[in-house]
Amino acid sequence: MSAMVDITFKLNGINRKTRVSATMSALDMVRDVLGLTGTKYGCGEGECGACTISVDGITLNSCLMFAADCDGRDVMTIEGLAADRKGEALRDSFVEHGAVQCGFCTPGFVMQAHHVLEKNPDASEAEIQRGIEGNLCRCTGYRKIVDAIAGVAAAAK
Amino acid sequence: MSTIQHYAAPRSLEEAADLLRQGNVTVLAGGTDLMPQSKAGKLKFQPVLMNIRNVEGLRGLTETGGVLRIGATTTITDLYDSDLVKSRLAALWQACDHFASDQIRNAGTIGGNICNASPAGDTLVPLLVLNARVVLAAKPNGALTQRVVPLREFFVGPGKVRREPSELVAAVEIDMPPPGFVSAFFKFGTRPALDISTISIGFGAVYEGGKLRDVRVAFGAVAPTPIRAPHVEAALEGKPLNEETIVAACDAAGQDARPISDVRASDWYRREMVRNMLERMLNNVRNG
Ligand SMILES: Cc1cc2nc3c(=O)[nH]c(=O)nc-3n(C[C@H](O)[C@H](O)[C@H](O)COP(=O)(O)OP(=O)(O)OC[C@H]3O[C@@H](n4cnc5c(N)ncnc54)[C@H](O)[C@@H]3O)c2cc1C
Ligand code: FES
Ligand code: FES
Repeated sequence: MSAMVDITFKLNGINRKTRVSATMSALDMVRDVLGLTGTKYGCGEGECGACTISVDGITLNSCLMFAADCDGRDVMTIEGLAADRKGEALRDSFVEHGAVQCGFCTPGFVMQAHHVLEKNPDASEAEIQRGIEGNLCRCTGYRKIVDAIAGVAAAAK
Repeated sequence: MSTIQHYAAPRSLEEAADLLRQGNVTVLAGGTDLMPQSKAGKLKFQPVLMNIRNVEGLRGLTETGGVLRIGATTTITDLYDSDLVKSRLAALWQACDHFASDQIRNAGTIGGNICNASPAGDTLVPLLVLNARVVLAAKPNGALTQRVVPLREFFVGPGKVRREPSELVAAVEIDMPPPGFVSAFFKFGTRPALDISTISIGFGAVYEGGKLRDVRVAFGAVAPTPIRAPHVEAALEGKPLNEETIVAACDAAGQDARPISDVRASDWYRREMVRNMLERMLNNVRNG
């Protein structure tokens, strides 16, 4: 059994304390310890982006991050973004553009789309495509996902 | 997987060096190599896991007296977003542009890329072109010391570097290139994002009056470590950049590249790629 680490951090705006194994990934912590299952386990290797979370305002693959590294940080998952006005705008646009089929990739795409637009509010289509390179979708063929994100960028103009 | 007995997240270099001196430490930066390697059973953790992301002064770029210092925990995104890197270190910026995905660039660090020492590590090829030096920090007798090793001498083999277990990579140093310096990076994979390089090439030189000087060429993924290409460099140094020089340089590439065959490509294919891509890069420089 590896060492247990006590960590304190902000999760979706609320201070949390928890105890995790030193080898545990942030993804396992979010899903199995904290019970937030919106963040998905796709590949577990950094290839698919289904596990994308935001840490201190920057997105990363939670399957590659050590849970203990969340200590002292500001973590946002899809549940936090969903409760935010900007998250709602993205969600509505994904629905409107038919950018969701099975939906497994959607939380990761919405998290990453939010980050792309926070960094560059009027991102061009090419910039949106570059921004979501780390997210895979087996269903939609991406066109509708890009349109959904571009729709939010256009509405912000 | 071996068990971790203690997790530490030091806030200062002093504290980190103290922990390293006590021994048996696995260093953790972004975790983008460590996590998959440990899950795949390729990496055995030491009893102490030391996260260096909170160590003050390890992240960011500072230029003093023509020397650029890039802290070890500077992320690939930090480099990619830096105007200085974009405008003056084109080859390094282009490598960041081709690096994995946004999420991995946000987490992965330059120190991790160097210490992981993959023959295909993307920042390594441009850093070789820039004559980078690795700054190692340790605390052998109660006082913090620094050791500087040229990056060229730092790599021993895949995943193996000349770092003592008591040392931390604190930074990478680069002498800012002279005026008129042009550089470029080329990576060939099978898809644009999230691909391990099949081959990569870095080029840098002062290009003035149609001639090349201070030529530096490096190859990735054609040998057990990223390498400089001395034969190609000799074929270009001081020469006018014309058809004849380019052919000579491409011929010389065969003497520098020692590729292997693996799942991504055969050695023959890699040799041909190096030749053809070097030709394309040199023609790009020639045509501005
Ligand atoms: C899906 C995927 C795609 C990838 N694509 C690319 C790519 O396109 N190009 C590329 O080059 N790489 C790629 N990588 C590899 C990886 O992201 C990079 O090597 C990254 O730079 C590693 O940095 P890190 O901070 O995450 O390292 P970590 O995983 O934290 O550490 C890596 C190694 O370095 C050691 N270490 C880290 N920092 C220090 C230090 N300061 N002093 C001493 N030792 C240290 C660690 O102990 C460990 O052995 C990819 C990885 C994944 C999972
Ligand atoms: S589950 Fe993390 S990238 Fe696929
Ligand atoms: S909607 Fe099914 S994977 Fe994207």
